[in-house]
Amino acid sequence: MSATCSIPFNGTPEQEKKLNTVIEKYKDVSGSLISVLHEAQEIYGYLPIEVQKMVSEGINVPLAEIYGVVSFYSQFTIKPKGKYKVAVCLGTACYVKGAGEIIDRIKTRLGIEEGDCSADGKFSLDATRCIGACGLAPVVTVNDDVYGRLVPDDIDGILDKYTD
Amino acid sequence: MAVNLKINNIDITVPEGTTVLEAARSINIDIPTLCYLKDVNEIGSCRMCVVEIKGQRALQAACVYPVSEGMEVLTNTKTVRDTRKINLELILSNHERKCLTCIRNQDCELQKLSTDLGVLDIRFDGENSHYEVDMLSSSIVRNPNKCILCRRCISVCKNIQTVSVIDANERGFNTIIGSAFNMPLVDTPCTNCGQCIVVCPVGALHEKDDTDKIWELLADNKKHVLVQTAPAVRVALGEEFGMPIGTRVTGKMVTALKLMGFDGVFDTDTAADFTIMEEGTEFLNRLKSGKNLPLITSCSPGWVKFCEHNFPDFLDNLSTAKSPHQMFGAIMKSYYAEKKGIDPADIAVISVMPCTAKKFESKREELAATGHPDVDAVITTRELGRMIKQAGIDFTKVEDSEFDAPFGEASGAGVIFGATGGVMEAALRTVADILTGEDLQHIDYTAVRGLDGIKEATVEIAGTKVHVAVASGLGNARKLLEKVRSGEQQYHFIEIMGCPGGCITGGGQPIVDAKTMMDIDVKAARAAAIYAEDKSMTYRKSHENPIVKKLYKEYFGKPCGHLSHNLLHTHYVKRENY
Repeated sequence: MSATCSIPFNGTPEQEKKLNTVIEKYKDVSGSLISVLHEAQEIYGYLPIEVQKMVSEGINVPLAEIYGVVSFYSQFTIKPKGKYKVAVCLGTACYVKGAGEIIDRIKTRLGIEEGDCSADGKFSLDATRCIGACGLAPVVTVNDDVYGRLVPDDIDGILDKYTD
Repeated sequence: MAVNLKINNIDITVPEGTTVLEAARSINIDIPTLCYLKDVNEIGSCRMCVVEIKGQRALQAACVYPVSEGMEVLTNTKTVRDTRKINLELILSNHERKCLTCIRNQDCELQKLSTDLGVLDIRFDGENSHYEVDMLSSSIVRNPNKCILCRRCISVCKNIQTVSVIDANERGFNTIIGSAFNMPLVDTPCTNCGQCIVVCPVGALHEKDDTDKIWELLADNKKHVLVQTAPAVRVALGEEFGMPIGTRVTGKMVTALKLMGFDGVFDTDTAADFTIMEEGTEFLNRLKSGKNLPLITSCSPGWVKFCEHNFPDFLDNLSTAKSPHQMFGAIMKSYYAEKKGIDPADIAVISVMPCTAKKFESKREELAATGHPDVDAVITTRELGRMIKQAGIDFTKVEDSEFDAPFGEASGAGVIFGATGGVMEAALRTVADILTGEDLQHIDYTAVRGLDGIKEATVEIAGTKVHVAVASGLGNARKLLEKVRSGEQQYHFIEIMGCPGGCITGGGQPIVDAKTMMDIDVKAARAAAIYAEDKSMTYRKSHENPIVKKLYKEYFGKPCGHLSHNLLHTHYVKRENY
């Protein structure tokens, strides 16, 4: 996992206030790091160094330990998610139906790798395990929209819908 | 309570709470270990120490398995040997096996295990991790390609030093020991103490090697190259040549340095006497004014950086006196340069230190009193050992010789700087004489000696009760200062050393393997050598040192005067943690 992200941190005072409430709640509870990180990710969408530092100072746990936990669990991410979260199912059914080519086409189109976010903050790309829509394989979701039975040439048309 | 058990059918009685590993060691049964390091890391993760325990389905890790009544342990069955070997082979399969060019060649626990367990072939040759080597710190190099994930470094950094700048990142095959966001150490609040290096069983952590720089200086005819050695070096250097822990090799060390071609071989102990004059005077001034008490010592650069990061509210309490080797450099490039008629630009001052943090310290911009860096390069005890070998000097056989005059004359007070409590004792010897106006004979302040992490004492000097405290190891320093911060404890004078035990067990000292650590109290052995050296000195108090007297008379005027302020004192800065 690359540790850097080209999109600058853009936290709001409201988010910080919410995080401080979380910190206040867990400050004196030992073993609460994962709970705090979970709620922090709910607030910010991801856990960049700025957020991890606030958590570190807030609950008095070293930053190195926090990063160790964040990088251990795949549910935590240090990269921001785009306005449109593109997810490609790489479950068995989707994969044998060509999901590999689908995700490659998306990577080329957006110029990003799995787990990354485009420089304009618009799209992020993730690969997922089976999402249970095998009948539609291969499947791509963009936020709550589901697209099935895709071929690579469908990709441009789908992504073009998300312009704003 | 005593517990009876059998190990390899030998009856043995040990105290309750003993581990199988310790019980076996007590009857000279060797169980191989790798992640285990007494008092530092006891987590049973590498599975090298597995043994059979009757009634247990699986093999158990001896390093964390407590003994129990009637237990029967087998440490040498075919299953045990085969399992240990496979575990070792798996570790070796993802290890950068460039042993011949490794800094820890022949001083590596992994290499020794490989020999001891008879690994003659690498059967598992799969994917290998490839990581960038972090060489940006001026003190410490981290090479994750050699790391075996034993976590000893994490434990010492987090649990003992409470610096906590490294931890385990990622997981599974991708696990890597590193700092937050895998940033280089130089961007973290690392104190450069180097304790991670001395606990590393392999070559994944080592000092930034500055030996080439010194060979180059020695080869440069235009340079007048001076060397100074810290007190703790002389009680440990012998270990690099197979001598027993705690052997004093002062005379041999001096001979070796002369043979290497230095233009002057001087003693940092002499400079320590100057530190005591300045710091002692500073203490008396603060005691009188009541300002900025407690005075806290500043000789340990690991501690100073820790303070700048974690206790910036105590920066005014730190003694402004430079650490001894920096004072020495400043004196060489001022007084000595004038006396000798040498341009300070042509003088190079090399420090041999038990410390990796001194490398960082010497590069601090403010430590350049004469417009030139006080100290040009710092090498550790280990690096000096390597240089002596490179020079073809048969160290154990060379004759003793004396330090060069006049900066080789030191007091016993300067010597004991090397052990925890030593700076405090040295300062008290001088402060007591000044306050009483007498030449006191009772000068062994045993209350501040010993290896406890935190020591407290009340010393009565000329009717004044002086409350002192001594802490060694940064975790202990944190504990002590938190008490001072909260007002729970009040002291006049505090000595803090960054490494547990003080400089004798500094991050630049010879590495002692895990097995030896179980058998020998390294701190006690080296400390005993330091105090023996003190006893042997003609002068035992800093202010009695003739060169100290001469320089204050001829050059500085008085301690904490204008010239010494310029040359021998410094200042500190608050540092952000990330």
